Amino acid sequence: MAIEINPVPSVQLSKVADSEKHGENSPYFAGWKAYDEDPYNEMTNPSGVIQMGLAENQVSFDMLEDYLEKHPEASIWGKGAPGFKENALFQDYHGLLSFRKAMASFMEQIRGGRARFDPERVVLTAGATAANELLTFILADPGDALLVPTPYYPGFDRDLRWRTGVRIVPIHCNSSNNFQITPQALEAAYENAESMNLRVRGVLITNPSNPLGATVQRAVLEEILGFVTRKNIHLISDEIYSGSVFSSSEFVSVAEILESRDYKECERVHIVYSLSKDLGLPGFRVGTIYSYNDKVVTTARRMSSFTLISSQTQHLLASMLSNKEFTSRYIETNRARLKKRYDMIIQGLKRAGIKCLRGNAGLFCWMNLSPLLQKPDREGELDLWKTMLHELKLNISPGSSCHCSEPGWFRVCFANMSEQTLEVALARIHNYMDQRKR
Amino acid sequence: MTRTPFFRARLPDPDEDSRAAVTTSSGAGGGWGTAMRVIVPLQGVVQGRGGLVLGSLIPCALCYFLQLYLKRHRSGPARTPPPSPSSSADHLSEVTGAVLQRSSSRAHLSPRGSGGPAHVSSRAALILRGGDSPYFVGLKRVEEDPYDAVANPNGIIQLGLAENKLCLDLVCEWLVANGNKAMLGDEASISRIATYKPLDGLMELKMAVTDFMSQATERSVSFDPSQIVLTTGSTAAIETLSFCIADGGNAFLVPTPYYPGFDRDIKWQSGVEIIPVPCRSSDNFALSINALDRAFYQAKKRGVKVRGIIISNPSNPVGTVLSRETLYSLIDFVTEKNIHLICNEIFAGSTQGAEEFVSVAEIVDSEDCDRTRVHIVYGLSKDLCLTGFNVGVIYSLNENVVAAAKKLSRFSSVSTPTQRLLISMLSDARFTQNFIRVNRERLRKMYVEFLAGLKKLGIECTKGNGGFSCWADMSGLIRSYNEKGEIELWDKLLNMGKINVTPGSSCQCIEPGWFRFCFATLSENDVPVVMERIRNVSETCKSRS
Repeated sequence: MAIEINPVPSVQLSKVADSEKHGENSPYFAGWKAYDEDPYNEMTNPSGVIQMGLAENQVSFDMLEDYLEKHPEASIWGKGAPGFKENALFQDYHGLLSFRKAMASFMEQIRGGRARFDPERVVLTAGATAANELLTFILADPGDALLVPTPYYPGFDRDLRWRTGVRIVPIHCNSSNNFQITPQALEAAYENAESMNLRVRGVLITNPSNPLGATVQRAVLEEILGFVTRKNIHLISDEIYSGSVFSSSEFVSVAEILESRDYKECERVHIVYSLSKDLGLPGFRVGTIYSYNDKVVTTARRMSSFTLISSQTQHLLASMLSNKEFTSRYIETNRARLKKRYDMIIQGLKRAGIKCLRGNAGLFCWMNLSPLLQKPDREGELDLWKTMLHELKLNISPGSSCHCSEPGWFRVCFANMSEQTLEVALARIHNYMDQRKR
Repeated sequence: MTRTPFFRARLPDPDEDSRAAVTTSSGAGGGWGTAMRVIVPLQGVVQGRGGLVLGSLIPCALCYFLQLYLKRHRSGPARTPPPSPSSSADHLSEVTGAVLQRSSSRAHLSPRGSGGPAHVSSRAALILRGGDSPYFVGLKRVEEDPYDAVANPNGIIQLGLAENKLCLDLVCEWLVANGNKAMLGDEASISRIATYKPLDGLMELKMAVTDFMSQATERSVSFDPSQIVLTTGSTAAIETLSFCIADGGNAFLVPTPYYPGFDRDIKWQSGVEIIPVPCRSSDNFALSINALDRAFYQAKKRGVKVRGIIISNPSNPVGTVLSRETLYSLIDFVTEKNIHLICNEIFAGSTQGAEEFVSVAEIVDSEDCDRTRVHIVYGLSKDLCLTGFNVGVIYSLNENVVAAAKKLSRFSSVSTPTQRLLISMLSDARFTQNFIRVNRERLRKMYVEFLAGLKKLGIECTKGNGGFSCWADMSGLIRSYNEKGEIELWDKLLNMGKINVTPGSSCQCIEPGWFRFCFATLSENDVPVVMERIRNVSETCKSRS
């Protein structure tokens, strides 16, 4: 997927255009290619590649369809289109107030009312991808660094670094304590950055974590907050999977901690959210930055002019998300269905003799295949990944593309397919493991 | 920013970053200010004994040591230039001067963890300072006090936004009849719009858009859908293109007067500078290749690398279209200098004059010239009255640019439900043909009426052919023939006349007294009201002189 450089360029492009920092040459993206060329289909292509590398939520589509059918006024042209003129022309980067209110209220509901959100602090962007990049532009100068715990979402390499010129310095986590972030790891990362003469501007965590599929514990969050305060840097908490926690009580948002301490030192905290995972609507391109820092809100709003959400989409979602009866039913049902899928895949893998990290959230599980590695290193992991892709026809994400320091871990998505397809995938794994035993 | 009760956040010092930014080029930055406050009284003390020599020596010595002290106690790690892969940072420091670097060092003067708010980037500091040009101030004022014939007849009439409300009824009609089916399809299936799709836009929409673009340019060009990247508005399109063809610290040549938003679209994220190339009323603000050449050469002398030219055709704010000859010359020029040409053709479908609109695509198509350096920006906001839907188009025949823009489009990707809607709408040939025709008629009618109204008041406009605005010469009404006089008149029109117009200075026009009046947001009944208000203001101006 690399750009083919014109051998005799008649006119020069920018460094950004020529750079490889878009990261599209990693296995994470190469697996998608294999899937595109030979996609599994229950009827027409039962031996095709099953896509388990895409964190998409398709388990609750029926509820969305039901809502849209029952509520034609959700579209801006519904019921004679009142307010259409304002909406069609509405290009204000503040976004529709009704939509911002709906987002704030939805985020509150997800956190069980344990944190409150102010619609005036909601900045809209076209997806969390844009939100993360925008925050990086605002908080860091080119050449500065953000600390990010490993393993992390492969897209960060592109979203945080490509156009911004900012560096990522990893906070190394390992399986000895279930990949949790430790104070020592935080300090080590900071010192590492300093030794490279990089100015650290902030810490970016994903909570619940991608690819771990687990929430960050309250004690760890408090530790991180203390750390960023001592170093006088920022904290970005990407809570894009907050609505996909299997049990509401197990998720603690940094917003709750701030509220419980009267918002002390909150100007350094910023939350990223999106409807792509929890609502299963990545195609809608809806993301948000929620910042407790006035300057950041103002700047982000202005810069959001480059990444606007169409008014029509805002209106549709405003209607849906302000319907509290719908949202509470959706959140509950979605959680239950995801948990069911999770249990299914964990049990299936267990029967095949494969262990996973104990997870409680998200659209994937973090699978430990290190016992299967021929060589206990990155090369061994990639070999195993290729086997998975070409022999078992399963596209899963290797830990190395997530910068995991221990080889052999893989992220496996389970919510972007039907239950039957998941059974097929599990059967393939089972067969493979059986064969290996012999 | 409403501060709700449960947020008792401490407000950061509002002046911190802005103070830093206005530091002049003195070497010690903050040190000198403090030092001066020490020197003056000290001189007085010392002058009592030892006279002027000691009186000057001691403060100088103190200054020197003060500087040393401040340097040593500045918090944060040792500041070294950023590593070379992002050498854009080096350019930034050359071009934008020590100001930016100093604003970062300023923030570090407070010791670590003192409870001071964490730092924002230089880019953010720059953006926070901006936004107070008359263009933006005027827009804000209208928001706060919008005119409504019935509900708020003393409100401010919006003439400062190049929007088109004239054909909203047609769009509305179509949506009411076809919207739901267009979005969800026959089976009302949500996976049509919910799941991940190519981030640079659905192919069906690209095809529908190229058809529409063809229609808008009256079928003289056919566009290739595979050369299109869709973005969330033409603002994003221009910004994305900037990222593809220029590095931070490089520059684009832009003929003035230009669209006030360019300063934001080009500079804010990509850090590319705009070098304005003045055009003059004496030749109807026509583009001059000589002027471009001079500007290119001057930039080179300054050590600034020019990467391209950005033009708008039809132009905003002047409203003229470029002739074939000018387009040929432009392409020759960029080829000779080995740079790019970005053509913003967002008003292509909104021409209402007698002169023919020629898209640069037509020239590139027919001539044996280098297609890889010409890129077109388009959008559906103007020609389809759908600003809120935010759909922009990048069209380029340079494969590398298209590839890069596709990857960048992940940061500004259009909502799928919106795309589905537009596919249906744009594929409805009956609708689009009728729309384009009626839109042109209504625009022309409004333009003629508005022009006539201004003429009656003794205000002449440039002869335009496209877009939603009249470019009016009000220099006869300004007190002093300079920017100050122009802003005074703008202010009077806004606060006394209660109309928001765009002053030429916001468009970087070098001749004072020109104003842009956007007429496509008005209804017919509004025109006499507007003219009356202008008349009142112009009477007060005349009576004074």
